[in-house]
Amino acid sequence: MPEKILTKDFDVKHLFKIDEYMKKGGYKTLTRVLKELKPEDVMSEVKAAHLRGRGGAGFPAGVKWGFVPKDVDKPKYLCVNADEGEPGTFKDRYIMTHNPHLLLEGIVMTCFAVGIHTAYIYIRGEYENMAVRLENAISEAEAKGFIGKNILKTGFDLNVTVHRGAGAYICGEETALLESLEGKRGNPRLKPPFPAAVGLFQNPTVINNVETLSNVPCIMEKGADWFVKQGLSEDGGTRLFGVSGKVKKPGVYELPVGTSLKELVYTYAGGIKSGKKLKAVIPGGMSSPILKPDEIDISMDCASLMKADSMLGSGAVIVLDEDVPIIDVLRKVTQFYSHESCGQCTPCRIGNSWINKIVKRIYRGEGKKEDLDKIEKLASNILGRTLCPLGDAAAMPILSIVKKFRKELESFIKG
Amino acid sequence: MSPEIKASTEKKIKELMSRYPKKQAAILPVLHLVQRELGYISEDGEKWVADLLGINPVKVREVVTFYSMLSRKPLGKYHIQICSNLTCSLMGAESLIDYVSEKLGIKPGETSEDGKFTLTTVECLGACDQAPSMMINTDYYGNMDKKKIDKILKELDK
Ligand SMILES: Cc1cc2nc3c(=O)[nH]c(=O)nc-3n(C[C@H](O)[C@H](O)[C@H](O)COP(=O)(O)O)c2cc1C
Ligand code: SF4
Ligand code: FES
Repeated sequence: MPEKILTKDFDVKHLFKIDEYMKKGGYKTLTRVLKELKPEDVMSEVKAAHLRGRGGAGFPAGVKWGFVPKDVDKPKYLCVNADEGEPGTFKDRYIMTHNPHLLLEGIVMTCFAVGIHTAYIYIRGEYENMAVRLENAISEAEAKGFIGKNILKTGFDLNVTVHRGAGAYICGEETALLESLEGKRGNPRLKPPFPAAVGLFQNPTVINNVETLSNVPCIMEKGADWFVKQGLSEDGGTRLFGVSGKVKKPGVYELPVGTSLKELVYTYAGGIKSGKKLKAVIPGGMSSPILKPDEIDISMDCASLMKADSMLGSGAVIVLDEDVPIIDVLRKVTQFYSHESCGQCTPCRIGNSWINKIVKRIYRGEGKKEDLDKIEKLASNILGRTLCPLGDAAAMPILSIVKKFRKELESFIKG
Repeated sequence: MSPEIKASTEKKIKELMSRYPKKQAAILPVLHLVQRELGYISEDGEKWVADLLGINPVKVREVVTFYSMLSRKPLGKYHIQICSNLTCSLMGAESLIDYVSEKLGIKPGETSEDGKFTLTTVECLGACDQAPSMMINTDYYGNMDKKKIDKILKELDK
């Protein structure tokens, strides 16, 4: 078994309590970082670690932090993205349930590196029990002097607040998240300006995923070189791959970045259920283009999946077996995006709802010959023509399904 | 008429508001508390929140209608939400939704006449490893099948 980083102590009972976490060495590195290092040391270590964002886009975290202007007379913010709405994704829940202090330690280090004194954890509304767990963990950390005013008597202040969303997938998109946190509808903003310059309440803001930030403590403990070596590709570290669907052992598997998708499905997740044959794999959450069985001998890193015209996204692997009708998959995908489009851009709003209508018609057995071409045309029209990446996130998987399973889809269309 | 908000809730709301540089930012946490207390967001509730945050009630309405967890209709004592997204559907969610719907005599989106149950379908709940999954109020239930549903509903109907 490869070495685990984030989940290594997950079998410790009550790890979510600060005493247990500290018994395992928790907050030791934070003490050293705050007392012995300068903010720029933390930033350069994380840059050297090639820590890519775990939320979907895979942007290097250290580089993103570097975009925040240094000497401004404005407050700066950290927004932790705990919205976890991408269908197939359940890894952040796993971290927050088992090891909330790991996330908090990463948050304090990140805020120290960037000079931030206020952090909000934006957590999806359904995760109410996890929000409570995080709040308790924050209180524990405050009592021990790891969060709050004058942390560990170093003069560094940080407030952390848990903020619950209320059910809207689009609020996981970073600028929609900012709108939502400001108390408005979650309509994405036009970029540029980027949040690093103009973010929450118009101030410089860093937005990072839960898993991304949870990697910072071990980078600071063991160093960037060690972290890079944990990955099998250029990117550093491990990923929490969430495998679901028709496998024998669905669950979260922490494995080196660059582990083979085939190994993940067949060795770790136990292979396909009930001796069935594999039909397809969605490798990085619902937004990622689908892969056929002959395409899964692939390294799970951002670059390799991009080369295969798909993406690593949130590392959420959905496995389909031979019994799953592809029209069912297409129906769920198109239903989701037509439901979750915020409606600001015409191609996304109209395109997705129209595609969904056509797909439902095909599902009912009333499909027309030209329908697949129509879907392709509508989806291509969304690509690159929208304000936020949800448009592309909808069009790409739809196009890949129609292209790779055209024959099967045609068989649902009789006349 | 102002809605009946407990003094303790009001105190909690004031504490919440102090955590943001602008009052309006507290709207979701405040609406969550109001919905918990009143069972839904009534028109009076909307006005009350608007006054509290110093914004136009239209702004509150805009927010309430955007987020699927906020309800402008009273919800049942038990709010059953079944995931109808991809993984859960692969694992049989659609027939479970039909099953629950038939058992309770309500369609998704409806509340039973006695006000006991509301049934809704939801997008991915972030629990696909336990598909099909569902929630009742704030608790998660995983690996659902008809037998488990029977047992849970029987418990709740006591
Ligand atoms: C429609 C949409 C939904 C998203 N949902 C999430 C989400 O639930 N969680 C998340 O961390 N990132 C999500 N993202 C990605 C964020 O916009 C952003 O890239 C990420 O939070 C940055 O953090 P990272 O660099 O640490 O990954 C979403 C993006 C889009 C376009
Ligand atoms: S692409 Fe879709 S979700 Fe994104 S802003 Fe436009 S309409 Fe809204
Ligand atoms: S698809 Fe149902 S919980 Fe994710």
